[in-house]
Amino acid sequence: MTSPLRLCVRRTSASEGRGSATLVTLRLPSDVGCIEEAVELVTRHCLAGHQATRTTQFRLRVVLSEALTNAIVRGNGEDRSKWVDVRAELVPESIRVSVTDEGPGFDPDAVPEPLQPDQLDEATGRGLYLIRKLVDTVQFNERGNSICMILRRR
Amino acid sequence: MGFSQTKDPRGVTVVEVDGQLIVGNRQELKDLVQAATDRGERRLLIDFSRTGYIDSSGLGALVSISKRIREAGGELRLSGLNDDLRSLFELTKLDTLFAITETPEQALTSF
Repeated sequence: MTSPLRLCVRRTSASEGRGSATLVTLRLPSDVGCIEEAVELVTRHCLAGHQATRTTQFRLRVVLSEALTNAIVRGNGEDRSKWVDVRAELVPESIRVSVTDEGPGFDPDAVPEPLQPDQLDEATGRGLYLIRKLVDTVQFNERGNSICMILRRR
Repeated sequence: MGFSQTKDPRGVTVVEVDGQLIVGNRQELKDLVQAATDRGERRLLIDFSRTGYIDSSGLGALVSISKRIREAGGELRLSGLNDDLRSLFELTKLDTLFAITETPEQALTSF
């Protein structure tokens, strides 16, 4: 069952010392039913005004979807009183997207490699791996509740 | 968007995924396959010819389904993955775990 969406997108121009950037922010409740619309919305705004290859579009969709799923399911435990914040900083060369939840955080280095023979048959554990494979840079904050993904436009 | 289920004249249960297989609907597919195996169906094809996206939860659901069918002594085939979706299977090495064909017809004749 999908709860009513309360998505809000704000676009502002900002100057952060390296020319003009566009910021897109979005807040969504911890409801997996919101993920699809959130991904569509953020992807559309991230790619607006740029010639994006199919590779860039697909990679952005995948990593957004995976990061939002991790934040909602694992970070916030699908507690609908908690929120997930998306912040995308757009410059001509790249897209920098942060996804932050209200959970306690986790140690990304402790996540097992899903390609190990004993992990291949597991039903979970591929989301972070896909993110790492599909973007150029992945960073976490110290608490481990915020992931920052940088994708070069191709 | 959703799942449709038909029975091929050769007795293969064919499930078509229309739209996406993601965290929000993966349980529906697992339940559908569970019901099929409970009815005694042992040959299943899941066709992705009309699927735009599969997330890691969807991939995980397919792993669970594969295990269930294997334990029941059945066979599972996947077909119709576009290049993007195929790349996700290759990145996660799940292309080594599943029998994948380009078209549903190829899958049906391979049982």
